[in-house]
Amino acid sequence: MAVECLTGKKVLIKGNYAIAQAAVNAGCECYFGYPITPQSEIGEFMSGKMQELGRAYVSAESELAAINMVLGACSTGVKAMSSSSSCAVALMQEALSYATADELPVVLVSVMRGGPGLGNIYPSQGDYNQSTKGGGNGDYKLIVLAPSTVQECADLTYKAFYLAHKYKNPTVLLADGLLGQMMEPVEFKPYPYPEIDNSSWALTGAKGRDGRIIRSYAPLADRQCEFLEKLYDKYKKIEENETEWEELNAEDADVVLVSFGSTSRNVNSAAKLLRQKGLKVGTFRPITLFPFPNNRLAELSKSVKKFVVVEVNMGQMVNDVKLAVNGRVPVELINKGVGTPPSPEEIAAKVEELM
Amino acid sequence: MSNIVIDESRCKACYLCIKECPKKLIKVSERTNNLGNNVVEFCDPDHECLGCAMCATRCPDLAITEVYRG
Amino acid sequence: MATQVFKIADTFRKDVKYTFCPGCDHGVAVRLVAEVLEELGLKEKAIVAAAIGCSVTIYDFLNIDALESPHGRAMAEATGIKRARPDKFVFTYQGDGDFASIGLAESMHAALRGEKISAICINNTTYGMTGGQLGPTTMVGQVTTTSPTGRNLEYYGYPIKVAEHIALCDGTAFSARVSLDTVANIRKAKQAIKKAFEVQLKGLGFGFVEILSSCPTNWKMTPEQAHDRVRNEMMQVFKPGIYKDITEKSGK
Repeated sequence: MAVECLTGKKVLIKGNYAIAQAAVNAGCECYFGYPITPQSEIGEFMSGKMQELGRAYVSAESELAAINMVLGACSTGVKAMSSSSSCAVALMQEALSYATADELPVVLVSVMRGGPGLGNIYPSQGDYNQSTKGGGNGDYKLIVLAPSTVQECADLTYKAFYLAHKYKNPTVLLADGLLGQMMEPVEFKPYPYPEIDNSSWALTGAKGRDGRIIRSYAPLADRQCEFLEKLYDKYKKIEENETEWEELNAEDADVVLVSFGSTSRNVNSAAKLLRQKGLKVGTFRPITLFPFPNNRLAELSKSVKKFVVVEVNMGQMVNDVKLAVNGRVPVELINKGVGTPPSPEEIAAKVEELM
Repeated sequence: MSNIVIDESRCKACYLCIKECPKKLIKVSERTNNLGNNVVEFCDPDHECLGCAMCATRCPDLAITEVYRG
Repeated sequence: MATQVFKIADTFRKDVKYTFCPGCDHGVAVRLVAEVLEELGLKEKAIVAAAIGCSVTIYDFLNIDALESPHGRAMAEATGIKRARPDKFVFTYQGDGDFASIGLAESMHAALRGEKISAICINNTTYGMTGGQLGPTTMVGQVTTTSPTGRNLEYYGYPIKVAEHIALCDGTAFSARVSLDTVANIRKAKQAIKKAFEVQLKGLGFGFVEILSSCPTNWKMTPEQAHDRVRNEMMQVFKPGIYKDITEKSGK
């Protein structure tokens, strides 16, 4: 069935709708979800669109059920997704751990709000650790993509489906309430990635072959060790091939401001203000939070005198930057717990203090 | 002639089949399998087996693999 | 010339060997599922969402496609599979703890949505694989490792009657409770499983069978005593019967 891709023209659209439209364009066959602010528009859009296209939408009884329905659908090889937010993404951690062990191409959109607990519905980056370190049991990694504009919300949604299927690993699009709710012009390209052949593993009924089992259960320790080695070989490959970041004037900078997601917008403006004052300031924005651009940060730490991490949480990504820099130069933090990011002027003033 | 086939390697010695057989043709053997169980055996010298398959229907371990009626 | 009246269903994996305890009725239940799959010609289009507990091992025995599910979530997994591939035959095989305790929300809502899924729930009044703890179906007075003086209502509350609850869901096409205590009841159980599978094939809605099963190990009984308990205690409270069948005109 032909899908309206809204291609070729710019449309003014909310981040949440951009994500949903991009998922539809990417060929997402099944959406399972449960409402939570600030991402409910994704499910609202999907409820109409998926039905219209003869695809599946299920209003699940809980986020627990929703993410497990995604696992079920993904086990048959189709593109399937859910979307949620913070305290409800917390409910999904068990299933995400299973999905890494089952090597299922789950796509989850996580639109962060304030925490811990119920917190509030203001934007936040407090789920950096939840996404990159995982709240489920065992050794595993999720691929995590962090958009900073509504255009990127759309583009990285495409990429999330591609990477999830390419590597058979759950992939999270980590946005926040600010991106979900803001409107920006977006140009929707057609889905730009090749389709991945799932026929060697998908559950389609044991026709002309033995029954396939998708499971994580490994009763023998040796087998589990072997599996984990294989899993981490895969993660190494993902790190080699898929690490993505954006840097501005970092090569000659004394100070590099590191941020991700919506916060980077104000950080870039702050860097401009500081450059106008003659200060050698650059910016660095990881687009993939896993794989994290460790190597590039390590390289920059040879010329940069100081890194300043700016994030809307109590200091989460800053620890990964410290690990990458490995003590070669100081790593400072500018942060606030929750809400819209600090203004460019605030950031610039604090950076000047730190210089 | 009715009869049954027993896969002794699957027998876990629950002996539910023994009571089930209406002609009492199944009994505990002196043989053991690799689970260490005294398996069951089918003894029908007078060809009394009805081929009713009650033993196979009762067996929880697929140890009675075939039943013939005739 | 003798005719073969019993064989191991082709749905089983080659050289299958159960890993259940001696005398456990899981073995009978899995065999009935295998036989019905074969009789209805479903082997090549079946996908099972396996659960957690003793029931999970079904995928080691049946030669069909299978997805493991987190504890309690088999019905969500099955929903995802069926919605993604409506042409497949999708079923779950769960224990009472999985279906009616940790997964009760998923079970009830799958039934309420009228998912075209079939579900088998083994009721043995205990958590078997973890060593016989009190579960959602543990009977009043029953001693378990976590009800050492017996299930008393003041302290533990009531057990759930699963088949009756599922029958109350409007999306349910078939809900029955059967027992495996006698050969006659095993044969009835197979008919119920067949019916629960057929309502899915006809697109009528959710098909459900609760199977009263023995757990000799955790009940600390011989296999024969365990069946006596199923008959004399369980069947008196969890009454076998068809609680809903929309294919019958007089369907309750």
